[in-house]
Amino acid sequence: MVAQNIIFGFIASIVALSAFRTVTTRNIVHAALYLVAVLAGLGALYVMLTAEFVATTQFLVYIGAVMVLFLFGIMLTRAPLGHLDDLTGKQWPVALGVATTLGAVLIYALVDAFHAAELPTDPVIYRTADVGDSVFSTYLIPFEAVSVLLLAALIGAVVLARKD
Amino acid sequence: MDVTTGWYLVLGALLFIIGGVGLLIRRNPLVMLMCVELMLNGVNLTFVAFSRRLGDIAGQTVVFFVLVVAAAEVVVGLGLIVSIMRRRPDVTADDLKLLKG
Repeated sequence: MVAQNIIFGFIASIVALSAFRTVTTRNIVHAALYLVAVLAGLGALYVMLTAEFVATTQFLVYIGAVMVLFLFGIMLTRAPLGHLDDLTGKQWPVALGVATTLGAVLIYALVDAFHAAELPTDPVIYRTADVGDSVFSTYLIPFEAVSVLLLAALIGAVVLARKD
Repeated sequence: MDVTTGWYLVLGALLFIIGGVGLLIRRNPLVMLMCVELMLNGVNLTFVAFSRRLGDIAGQTVVFFVLVVAAAEVVVGLGLIVSIMRRRPDVTADDLKLLKG
């Protein structure tokens, strides 16, 4: 269990630091690459939580597809690259106050309620097949709705991006 | 002291808050979309941690749906941003006050 603690601490600090750098760096491409570090660390945490399907899709869909889409977006928009001084708005002290309040309440509540909630040492391990069973039985109607949503997004993207 | 559910939940909350701050303070629409992704991932971690704690597969299934919705959101969001930036290359979110160009 000690090894698990050390690995959790290592990955969690990488994730938190990279997330912080994503919102503070002054370079858009760097923000995207820090986000990749966050997503990869989360994928590793999903493996530790024995969620193999979620970990795999995290790497395939998020790092493989969404981040490539982001980098293409940066290239296609001819976004200003390099060091940008005005990437952060002037309202940042207000945002910091809101975040501190929200963070204090949220983290106090979570620590208060779950600090001693041990993870089961002998977990029920759900394989990808179990997730598939769940999606195609209990969650069949949401699944159909989501497929219509994807179709709508596809058509919407084509309509929006077309030159006319 | 072992890793408890609370540690994962606090990390998820931290990601959510960092993403929220980013959404408030950043001015580039692309970086704002990345911050939304950060928030969604914080929530996903919470779902998976509860799925592990309660031995319930619903958490992992919901993460699958969040993933699909996030992908759709990025596609449409980037489409909008690309078509806006094609006309005005150095636009920030603060300049987009009007829905009609």
